[in-house]
Amino acid sequence: MANKVSQYLQSSIGKKTVMAATGLFLVVFLLEHLYTNVLLFFGDGGKAFNDASHGMVHSIIIRIIEVVLFVSIVLHVIQALMLTGQNNKARPVKYAVSGVSKTSSWFSRNMLLTGSIIFFFIVVHLYNFFVPYRVTGTVNGPEDPANNLAIAVAEALGDPMYAALYLVSVLFLAFHLNHGFQSAFQTAGLNNRRYAPLWKMAGSFLAFIVFGLGFASFPVLFYLSKVMEWDLLNWAK
Amino acid sequence: MKLTLKVWRQKNAKDSGKFATYQLNEVSPDMSFLEMFDVLNEELVGKGEDPVAFDHDCREGICGMCSMYINGRAHGPMSGTTTCQLHMRKFKDGDTITVEPWRAGAFPVLKDLVVDRSAFDRIIAAGGYVSVNTGSAKDANNIPVPKHDADAAFAAAACIGCGACVAACKNASAMLFASAKISQLALLPQGKVERTDRVLNMVKQMDAEGFGSCTNTGSCEAECPKNISLENIATMNREYLLATVSKQPDFGGTGGAG
Ligand code: HEM
Ligand code: FES
Repeated sequence: MANKVSQYLQSSIGKKTVMAATGLFLVVFLLEHLYTNVLLFFGDGGKAFNDASHGMVHSIIIRIIEVVLFVSIVLHVIQALMLTGQNNKARPVKYAVSGVSKTSSWFSRNMLLTGSIIFFFIVVHLYNFFVPYRVTGTVNGPEDPANNLAIAVAEALGDPMYAALYLVSVLFLAFHLNHGFQSAFQTAGLNNRRYAPLWKMAGSFLAFIVFGLGFASFPVLFYLSKVMEWDLLNWAK
Repeated sequence: MKLTLKVWRQKNAKDSGKFATYQLNEVSPDMSFLEMFDVLNEELVGKGEDPVAFDHDCREGICGMCSMYINGRAHGPMSGTTTCQLHMRKFKDGDTITVEPWRAGAFPVLKDLVVDRSAFDRIIAAGGYVSVNTGSAKDANNIPVPKHDADAAFAAAACIGCGACVAACKNASAMLFASAKISQLALLPQGKVERTDRVLNMVKQMDAEGFGSCTNTGSCEAECPKNISLENIATMNREYLLATVSKQPDFGGTGGAG
């Protein structure tokens, strides 16, 4: 059994299935992340958002999921690099004239590019939020009212550079998932000609509407509120 | 029609090869693409030059031998069409047409437009068959096969092994080809018996030949002259996972005399 599993994981199909599984897990995480972020718009001074964030810090389950999350990203990236390398090697002499753009979508051909931009953002994002609030702890403990994550978010997104990077990354995330979501179901074998249009529609909806508009709303609204001097965190008070 | 042809010329597998340009002044729009090459080759032979080597056999779209990458498209610009079934009326007077061989590490060029597709034969030899003779046709209701399965198996069996899927794929992946045979046989009662070993062995051979992996771009399906569906790749992926889980260890020993 063990050698069957390792044979599976070393095969082209197995490697791709790892990408599909980790990719879909990251999608589930992003849904949760989006939900927590939306709490920022409650206009309660960021209380709901801060409570949720602090609750996570204390949850052992979240701690475990966090580890799974890091492992998923690492596996996803390793498999992406290995498969892309193997795929480039499979055609040592290129065509002089290639019509591949007529038979496939831009999204499907540029997954490594769109993924790499997401990766760059993840690193910056973790450095800005995860590291100071969870690892080095330069801010006092979560109970300290000075440690107001909601205000930190508002400040970070008030920086035009960071807001722009955020916005561009959201766009590339949408591009990545526009192909990736439906592709994962094909990879996992959960597809046929009846379901294919459904996965494609669901993938584009998730990518552009849910994640695209959803995540884009944070840099756009927080940056606007900085420029227009709205008090977005306290609007309901 | 007047046409300019840019054709890949390569003396043998070792030669580095280059494009040669030919002018054709009297191409009939009713010729097939291969007949146009016949005309060119007669001219070349008349001038004492080496004719362009290309694969062909049936010239009616069923053998899968013809294999030309025409203006960036496997088997040319038409969908569901082999090169031998492509007619010159699909091009315009004065066009320049670039013709290249299939490009894939697993399909080395032998000469000009001819590539070695024996990697496909080795994938089939690894399991793309039913080991026992299934006998003559049975009474229709003897072995029930659901209508949908029969139709899907028939559609998958239409693969002619031309390699357009590999040629069209940005990763030179052979998954459409391998999956067509794997799903065809997995759908039918006679093929089901060996489905576990078949998919394990065929996928192993496919990877060993150095084809790329699938990124679900869909180019293969778009270029397939027999319209083999991407659905087969999902079926293969499912079969492969199930086979990995369900494969039993072999019994030791050599078996008794009964
Ligand atoms: C939040 C982050 C990410 C999510 C939600 C995500 C999601 C996905 C999904 C669902 C797939 C489809 C798997 C399949 O086709 O079977 C995929 C594929 C892929 N991802 Fe990601 N991904 C993320 C980050 C990354 C990163 C950081 C990279 C690379 C540096 C990357 C590179 C790729 C590549 C190359 C593919 C393969 C595309 C293909 O085979 O068609 N992804 N991703
Ligand atoms: S020559 Fe037989 S399919 Fe084209």
